[in-house]
Amino acid sequence: MTRALAGAEVAAKIKGALPGAGVKGEGGTLWVEARDLFPVARYLKEEPGLAMDYLANLTAADYLDHFEVVYHFLSMQHNHSLVLKVRLEGRGELGVPSVTPLWKGADFQEREVYDLLGIAFSGHPNLKRILTWEGFPGHALRKDFV
Amino acid sequence: MAIRTEPIVLNMGPQHPSTHGVFRMRVTFDGEVIVGLDPVFGYLHRGIEKLAESRTYTQFIPLTDRLDYLASMSNNFAYCLAVERLAGIEVPERAEYIRVIMAEAMRISSHLMAVGFFLNDCGASVYTPLIYMYREREKLLDLFDMVSGQRLTYNYMRIGGVSHDLPPEFLPALRKFVREMPAFIDEYDQLLAENEVLLARTKGVGILPRELAINASASGPVLRASGVKWDLRRKDPYSIYSRFAFDIPTAETGDSYDRYWVRVQEMRQSVRILEQALAQIPEGPVRAEVPHLVRPPRGEVYSRIEAPKGELGFYIVSDGSVAPYRLHVRGPSFINLTALREMCLGWKLADAIAILGSLDIVMGEVDR
Amino acid sequence: MDWLHWIFFALFIVVFVLGMVMVFIWMERRGVGRLQLRPGPNRAGPFGLLQPVADAIKVLLKEDIVPERGDRLLHTLAPIVSFVPAFMVFAVVPFWRGDGAGLVPDLNIGLVYLVAVSSISVVGVFMAGWASNNKYSLIGAMRMMAQMVSYEVPLVLALVGVALAAGSLSLVNIVEAQGLPFILVQPLGFLVYFLAAMAEANRGPFDLMEADSELVAGFHTEYSGMKFAMFYLGEYAHTLGVAAIGATLFLGGWAGPVLPPILWLVIKVLVLFFVIFWVRATLPRLRVDQLMAFAWKFLLPLALMNIFLVAVEISTQSLSALWVMMVVNVVAGVLLVYLLSRLWRLGGGRVAV
Repeated sequence: MTRALAGAEVAAKIKGALPGAGVKGEGGTLWVEARDLFPVARYLKEEPGLAMDYLANLTAADYLDHFEVVYHFLSMQHNHSLVLKVRLEGRGELGVPSVTPLWKGADFQEREVYDLLGIAFSGHPNLKRILTWEGFPGHALRKDFV
Repeated sequence: MAIRTEPIVLNMGPQHPSTHGVFRMRVTFDGEVIVGLDPVFGYLHRGIEKLAESRTYTQFIPLTDRLDYLASMSNNFAYCLAVERLAGIEVPERAEYIRVIMAEAMRISSHLMAVGFFLNDCGASVYTPLIYMYREREKLLDLFDMVSGQRLTYNYMRIGGVSHDLPPEFLPALRKFVREMPAFIDEYDQLLAENEVLLARTKGVGILPRELAINASASGPVLRASGVKWDLRRKDPYSIYSRFAFDIPTAETGDSYDRYWVRVQEMRQSVRILEQALAQIPEGPVRAEVPHLVRPPRGEVYSRIEAPKGELGFYIVSDGSVAPYRLHVRGPSFINLTALREMCLGWKLADAIAILGSLDIVMGEVDR
Repeated sequence: MDWLHWIFFALFIVVFVLGMVMVFIWMERRGVGRLQLRPGPNRAGPFGLLQPVADAIKVLLKEDIVPERGDRLLHTLAPIVSFVPAFMVFAVVPFWRGDGAGLVPDLNIGLVYLVAVSSISVVGVFMAGWASNNKYSLIGAMRMMAQMVSYEVPLVLALVGVALAAGSLSLVNIVEAQGLPFILVQPLGFLVYFLAAMAEANRGPFDLMEADSELVAGFHTEYSGMKFAMFYLGEYAHTLGVAAIGATLFLGGWAGPVLPPILWLVIKVLVLFFVIFWVRATLPRLRVDQLMAFAWKFLLPLALMNIFLVAVEISTQSLSALWVMMVVNVVAGVLLVYLLSRLWRLGGGRVAV
């Protein structure tokens, strides 16, 4: 059975390795500040006890006053999983560092989030719209898109 | 003296006999060698995720049929599992068995199509292997027709079980199919596994190395053909899969031939599971007592199954109302495409089509 | 009197070819259908016998579309250049015994004429690919030219083996020299001829040009209506030519015990055609570099060895000890095919990009 890791224990581990990282564990979720996402993600991938080598899912949700970018990680070696979330306030220009350099599987999924929800991923090699056409007005999955 | 040459950019698709739906590849060629490849899709984007926000949970089930339309009930299964986990609904035994039977039959049907079309892409262009596959698939489609009245998009599963019980002629017909299928797979293997032309076209072509497969989040037969023994039915069992004995076929190299081989072996394993399920299926209700309008409590869930194409996941956020607040479909074909560029570089035009065929994508899942 | 002979035979050849092409189309569609566990066309007429007629009518009634920036003149000429040589091949095929058989009675360089004429259709193909103003057509045309030119070499060399054994280049003489059909005496030569000719006619596992799972329809993507019909008929006429030449050179032409000679020729042609479409229905297609490798690295050495073998046998024994020659040839053929297939690798792999 895939074991879901508890957010608090992972947060404690990360704080041990990267002091000053904006992480917080809550139930089964690990909350990370946007600015610390890349170092934390790299730590999750490279730390042998965690070894999150597989990015199962990358998506985002619009909660009217804030957005959440959700990452579901999986470790094939240890067969455990983790949910990581990044909270972005407001509705204007939103940006998050891209994790494509670490997991290639994030490539298309980040483009989809950009296309449908308007969250830009800095450091993405090819951030273009993927499911709608070039020049599509607006971002389709946002709650204020009619 | 070197001749000055120029690479040309060729657009393969969206209208093309072999791109498995409306899929477009902008390929840059230097002669016949591929030096660049850019997949473009979105031609079949129907906004299923947005539609989900204005449908009730039960109303969304027919929409899940249209995701991977070649294995519709697997999508129903994944979605119903996700909602049941979120709402804490228990499914009765008989319904679990029926679901597993349907899921495995869908796996066989989907792999038959995948293998048939893969051979078609390799150039058996008068569709001979495909027609042989269809002969078996017709038997399966007749079975599904018996159960749900449909041949392609079934809308059979419901939250809490399945929609209605199996008709009495279903189980004997399924037993007959299960008896005949292994002989057919053997016949097929014999005709094709050692075929010189097929080996020449697919052995060593489009290799997906193990590390890249994991890093690019490949799943399903694509991942297993690259040497990673990872199958959700074993590693993270859902429903009642832990009661069945079956193997996980894995290949080593990750070339197109291995992906084809893994699918053929998986068909055999699915037949094994079907035999065991047929022996164990109990009587009983086929649907839990679930209110007509399901209102799961606030929360979220990410639930995944091993669909024929790979890991099909549903991420559902519920705010306690009758419709999901946010629903995201993790489509395996969409994510398997990430590695297409690396697999095709350096090969020739004909190989690009064969490699795409071996990845087995279906545009309903890619574009949603 | 000569005028009458020529007019009669010209008409005869046109009727024969068109009629046989219709039969071929029907045979192929029904035959391939049955090989695929399905009945094949059976609505148009009893057993679908009127299907080719229905196809012809359909194709004639379609609109003729020329791409806007394509070259109109070339676009119109290409089917003609591709279609006519397929007919011209029949000028030298002997239809019955005797000297007056055939349009050109006993052309004593018949084989050379055959080879020369069948190369003209390559030009037609390239004209079609270029005039369509379409990258797919151009790629298809390039591949076709490379394929046709490459496969002519083993084809001609296989024919040289036959000429050596018969002692003449004239087709009439070759048929008469076949006491034992040459397929038994030179199995290797027949194999090389058959494969090379199938590749020339774009059939079977060598049909890259119309690789409809890759290039839509290759060089005739942009053709419709009558011009497409001419390409389609031309392809079948070319296959008919291949089968007829194969029957003449290797199976003994019109020779046979009881039935009239032309009927024997037709039977042998149909048997060869059956094998041709059987192979097509069964095997997947080769890739273009594998195709080239097959021609140059496999068929060409085999053809050369075949000539060598036949020459050695003729100079040592003469054609009297035919049975010995046959056994030796069969054994040598099997050995060579086995050896070469072990020693040689099909085509290039991945190119470093």
